[in-house]
Amino acid sequence: MSQKRSPMFAVIGASSVGTMIEWYDFYIFGSLATLISTKFFPSGNETLAFLSTLATFAAGFIVRPFGALFFGRLGDLIGRKYTFMVTLLLMGGATFLIGCIPAYETIGFISPLLVLLLRLLQGLALGGEYGGAATYVAEHSPAHQRGLMTSWIQTTATAGLIISLVVIAVTRASMSRESFEAFGWRIPFLASAVMIYVSYIIRRNMHESPLFAKAKAEGKTSVNPLKESFGNRYNLKYVLLALLGVTMGQGVVWYTGQFYAMSFIERVMHVPKVQVDSILIWALCLGTPFFIFFGWLSDKIGRKWIMMAGMLVAVLSYRYIYTQMYETVNVQNKTELTAETKFTAELKGADSVYTTTRKYSDGTIFTEAITLKEGVRHTETHVTVTDADKRTLIFWVFIQVLFVTMVYGPIAAFLVEMFPVKIRYTSMSLPYHVGNGIFGGLLPAIATFLVTRAGTINEKAASMGLLPPIDKPYLEGLWYPIVIAAICLVIGVVYLDGKDNRVDD
Amino acid sequence: MNTVKRILGIVWILLGVAAVWYLIYNQAVPLWKAGGENIIAAVIYIFVLCPIIAGSLGCFGWFAWKGEFDE
Repeated sequence: MSQKRSPMFAVIGASSVGTMIEWYDFYIFGSLATLISTKFFPSGNETLAFLSTLATFAAGFIVRPFGALFFGRLGDLIGRKYTFMVTLLLMGGATFLIGCIPAYETIGFISPLLVLLLRLLQGLALGGEYGGAATYVAEHSPAHQRGLMTSWIQTTATAGLIISLVVIAVTRASMSRESFEAFGWRIPFLASAVMIYVSYIIRRNMHESPLFAKAKAEGKTSVNPLKESFGNRYNLKYVLLALLGVTMGQGVVWYTGQFYAMSFIERVMHVPKVQVDSILIWALCLGTPFFIFFGWLSDKIGRKWIMMAGMLVAVLSYRYIYTQMYETVNVQNKTELTAETKFTAELKGADSVYTTTRKYSDGTIFTEAITLKEGVRHTETHVTVTDADKRTLIFWVFIQVLFVTMVYGPIAAFLVEMFPVKIRYTSMSLPYHVGNGIFGGLLPAIATFLVTRAGTINEKAASMGLLPPIDKPYLEGLWYPIVIAAICLVIGVVYLDGKDNRVDD
Repeated sequence: MNTVKRILGIVWILLGVAAVWYLIYNQAVPLWKAGGENIIAAVIYIFVLCPIIAGSLGCFGWFAWKGEFDE
């Protein structure tokens, strides 16, 4: 009996759109985290701060591998199509409900608990989505175009990030700041319901993966995908190789080129968030087509060496790139127009705000606001960059996005080709989400720790009258992705055989 | 190349041990001592990240040492 097949463009569209929306749902929480914390986890309460950290950490990385295991197993038992429809609805439902939950001041402690639960559901859904989408597209693709076809899935994480930034920016711009902080922030969450519904309708009309349908018809599916994936020595070694030789390095390169770059420009270089978002959107838009290019290229010259080259150039160039970014905005390299320096003091009862504004010959504006509120001093610094400097920063972030496209473009096809049909969804999902969710997700925490420690070491030396031993402490956070990617590079070069495997085994 | 793969197996096992030591003594312990919500991060390092790193590098190194990746 011949299996029904959906046209390739419909397969790619149904998979990519849904996956992109799931990424959008996941990212809007992170993008609005600061505002959300004031609604559900207001400061001054230790327990709420605890729950807030748990929501960030646990949903960001612990839960994703569990989602990979749960939904991977489901996908190998009942099929790819139905499983990644479940993940779509789970993500959409959780996101929509986050937008509906009343704030802490309205319903008390139940509010942050519900947000935490829904955030965990988001993480579970995301853990199940990617493996299903990549497998579904790959199992429809002709062998010589598998890299190209699956590369569309690879654009979805970045596309989801772009759309989340744009939707939030448009929502902010359409109302006053007070309105956005009061209720406007809920709109991006509620809007997800429409997107998810559209994607659900598209996916509902698709056929099951032909390879899975064939395997099921022939009685060749697995009865225990988890045991066969991880309890079988032969397959377990390939799961470990996928993690340590591919996804671990890909995860840190991915997070460095997008999230760490964004965080570095905002928190270390003090560029205002509006400009940071603009820089990132431009760099991502310019870089996204290269996911398709490197996916296509991997069909021509093989996948292994493109991914390894991406890790190599990242390892060798990260410190140089971030130095260039830092020095672009460093006001010590600029000529101050001292005559235009302004100092203002604003007194509000017992509180006060002292603002210093400095201007530079190239148009850069440096603002430092020292707030004294209830005896506590808080300093906020901003460096508003010129259009020329903004273009420079876009260029350097774009270069990092290129590295991301090299390691990520071919990886879906590569992971699919590593594992047989009957345990594919399970076996490829776990190393992907451990590599990205855990090794990549930990990057902000570990990088911040390394930078802080470097600053402390230099301060200690200075207090003892010694020269600071660490030349550029702001670069110390990069050692984490550099070391992880370097280890992954060595393992990948030595142990991956680089021969593309048959998908229909 | 098979010899290189096997010898590197020992390296990966030792790397797993070193990574766990670093994470516990340089990250988890200071976070635990800092208290508050930092305890969550410490628990995650100790009970999630360390087993994953030790387990994956240890198993992978063992497989490599035993020639499971030989051509």
